[in-house]
Amino acid sequence: MTYNILISLRQELVLTVLIFLLLFIKLGKDRSNESILNFINIALALNLAAGFCCHETAELFNGMFNTNPLIVFEKDLLNLAALIISMQSYAWLKDNKNVIEFYLLTLTSLLGMFLMISSGNLLMFYLGLEMSTIPLAAAANFDLTKRKSSEAAMKLILSSAFSSAILLLGISYLYGTTGTLTFSILTAHINGSPLQLFAFILLIAGFAFKISAVPFHLWTADVYEGSPVAVTSFLSVISKAAVLFTLLNILYKVFTPIANTWYLILVLLAAATILIGNLFAIRQDNFKRFLAFSSIAQVGFILIGISGSSQIGSASLIYFILIYIFSNLAAFGVIAVVSALTGKENISDFKGFYKTNPMLSWVLTIALFSLAGVPPTAGFFGKLFLMMAGAAKGNYGIIIFAALNMVISFYYYLRVVKAIFMDQNDTPIEKLQVPTVSKIAMYICVAGVIVTGLASVVYDYIYSISIGL
Amino acid sequence: MNLTLLILLPLLTAVLILLAKGLQQIRIIGLTGSLAQLGLAGWLLKSFLAERAAGNSAAHLFESNQTWFKALNIQYHIGIDGIALAMILLTSVIVVAGILVSWTMDKLSKEYFFLLVLLSMGAYGFFISLDLFTLFFFLEVAVIPKFLLIGIWGSGDKTKSAMKLALMLMAGSALVMVGLFGVYYNTHTFDIVQITQQGIPVAVQKFFFPFAFLGFGVFAALFPFHTWVPDGHASAPTAASMFLAGISMKLGGYGCLRIAALMPEAAHSYAWIIILLATIAIIYGAFATMMQTDLKYINAYSSISHCGFVILGIGMLNKTSINGAVIQMVSHGLMTALFFAAIGMIYSRTHTRMVAQLGGLLKAMPFISTVFVIAGLCSLGLPGFSGFVAEMTVFMGSWKNPDGAYRFATILSGASIVVTAVYILRATGRAIMGPISTEHELLTDATWNEKLAAVLLITGILIIGLAPFLINHLITPSTDAIMLQMGKILVSK
Repeated sequence: MTYNILISLRQELVLTVLIFLLLFIKLGKDRSNESILNFINIALALNLAAGFCCHETAELFNGMFNTNPLIVFEKDLLNLAALIISMQSYAWLKDNKNVIEFYLLTLTSLLGMFLMISSGNLLMFYLGLEMSTIPLAAAANFDLTKRKSSEAAMKLILSSAFSSAILLLGISYLYGTTGTLTFSILTAHINGSPLQLFAFILLIAGFAFKISAVPFHLWTADVYEGSPVAVTSFLSVISKAAVLFTLLNILYKVFTPIANTWYLILVLLAAATILIGNLFAIRQDNFKRFLAFSSIAQVGFILIGISGSSQIGSASLIYFILIYIFSNLAAFGVIAVVSALTGKENISDFKGFYKTNPMLSWVLTIALFSLAGVPPTAGFFGKLFLMMAGAAKGNYGIIIFAALNMVISFYYYLRVVKAIFMDQNDTPIEKLQVPTVSKIAMYICVAGVIVTGLASVVYDYIYSISIGL
Repeated sequence: MNLTLLILLPLLTAVLILLAKGLQQIRIIGLTGSLAQLGLAGWLLKSFLAERAAGNSAAHLFESNQTWFKALNIQYHIGIDGIALAMILLTSVIVVAGILVSWTMDKLSKEYFFLLVLLSMGAYGFFISLDLFTLFFFLEVAVIPKFLLIGIWGSGDKTKSAMKLALMLMAGSALVMVGLFGVYYNTHTFDIVQITQQGIPVAVQKFFFPFAFLGFGVFAALFPFHTWVPDGHASAPTAASMFLAGISMKLGGYGCLRIAALMPEAAHSYAWIIILLATIAIIYGAFATMMQTDLKYINAYSSISHCGFVILGIGMLNKTSINGAVIQMVSHGLMTALFFAAIGMIYSRTHTRMVAQLGGLLKAMPFISTVFVIAGLCSLGLPGFSGFVAEMTVFMGSWKNPDGAYRFATILSGASIVVTAVYILRATGRAIMGPISTEHELLTDATWNEKLAAVLLITGILIIGLAPFLINHLITPSTDAIMLQMGKILVSK
């Protein structure tokens, strides 16, 4: 029995042990950053590997903590993303004397996300969410010498406090009308009474803050711009993915009785999110702001996929997140290297980039094409399947809308490609020496972008473990 | 006979090009690869005809069907009929010619040849697909190489043209995508063969046909979505122009044909709009050409006019007209590629494409001038060349339609040939005949690779022009099958 609990909690336990180990390393004698980074990367890789054994379904602590193959897979995805980000930050962390603190913060946040994804109770969910957000705000402030970094942290902590408050209000109303917070019992008590709907809207608003859906997106661009690249990629990929997984779980398992209501809400949110994200992305010159708005638009596509409430929808969401991890992190990887070595973060700095750094240029281009959804990259399949899932309810209006928005998004991704390949620049970024670890991370991402789409086994596996309404 | 070879061969070539070192190696690999494609296409033709002669009357030969995404019922289903085979032959010829005219490309040559080969891979995949999802996949694969080819190696306002082209084609494929989703959600499959058998409800057809047809129409330069054509072609490097006009506009025509065959009722009820747009494209293209002073713009605008005939033939929805449309696609592909090749050869020597600055080229470069004249004569539809056969077939098919308005459209389109004659003869007269300017006197004639490319394309044009029964023999059974299917549905109404 005890042994079984250990197995079910293995991903959380490895992380916890790692966090404590790091604390002890911090207390002990000084070690070189390289060895610490290598140690952490290996540990993260082991943690990732631990996810792939034993796919069991279990319910622990009176339903507070659930696990099943889908949840294990979702955590694997987050582990993968964490590993890639860690490898990509090598150049940046190599000479940073606070390297251990960075990992303490991000890994704690990751642990919180794991608990959130596994939660079977709204309180547990809330605890996980807070545990994942607060360390991230501290991490956003990691560039201690930069004003923008502390501004980003301030904005992040304030907006998440605000959204948490809304979320809590929703949860308390929900408790008031149903008398329970456990997911499995809650479903039977949902009857769509006005107060419950109000509670639900508050809940959705809280979620929308975390995934930066329009009109709750205003914090995103500033926080992304101010934070160090590693934290930005963490925020835009891992933290978003974790909240989306939880949202999927709650919508598809708990709020099934009012599926028609949230269907409408999601479609409206999705339409606004795609459009605003796209229109703002066109105007950006800072690469991180650009990716912030592009990721807002991507979330809109994800919401369309969820709104179809079919098994295809939930499978496509997870599939898309996997692809999004690869493509977004490949883009962030290049920016992380360029930013760490030259301090340049603007799209206009990338003019003529191909002449000096052909390898990095191709990585960035493939990543952007994948984000735009152009074959043969995986992004094409991801976006197409999300839209197919959205069309399942026969709502072709939103599909037409999304298809036209794909063209807009294509424009701004091409703008970057144009800058890299076609624009003239007298002082392009010089040839960069990319650390091997970062290079490996980029290659993993590019391979992922190409293989995940063409190899249908990935999708079929995700489909086989995912849930429908 | 495994059709997947048609995708694997270009892929292999592309990978080898990436591994190659130096221009010499790259172009030899590129040429070998493209010749292998040509050989494969020829062999395909031989075995196709052998199968047919042996009495195999299946609609699609060399079929192979594998599950791709099981959960979504997406198949990797390939197979070819006569029409697809004609397109594959066209593609393989143009690829060889395109590689040959790019022989001296020394700016980023590795990337250049890589993208050219990638583009051809997209075209082959598109033509062999019998599943709408794979079809769409390959349609979009070809967009990115076009963008990069024009934007990096182009001339003039290249980035703007590249952006315009990419965005318009992307918008076209977004429309196609909506149409395909509509089909999928009402038939639960992407498989063309299956959809043809089970049919699509008429209301669904009526709603989604415009999306899919217009989407492909953007690729085929259908009015009013033709605006990417002139800028795109004019800015593109020679080989890219050849690929663009010769292959990728054909993706649009071929797609339109398939969509019309899949949704016959809708095609029938929207036929008048299709014909109206096609007639406008034909006339508008012809008159716009008259106003151009740049050789590439002349050919680009005349392409709009010529591709209008393809759409006109499809819109008329009878056997002869569709036959004509297919022949026109092949003929226009060869002819326009030849034209762009000749313009490229002239431009690389004189460094101008302005008709007014050229003159008497026949004296300095007789071979190139002859090629130019042949392309021009083919374009204006002189008997003996492919253009005549193709346009004549379209007219004959169109005239079969007894409706007064349709006949009027046919007459108008026929009249545009006179306009074509005006601009072709004028451009030819100015550029080729007359006195030569002193700075052009010492220019050299075509090199071996350019000659080879031109001869290859001219051979194709002459085969269709002098022996049209050959291509008719190849495609008629397939158009028969399409018409039979359409007739069955339309009669039963």
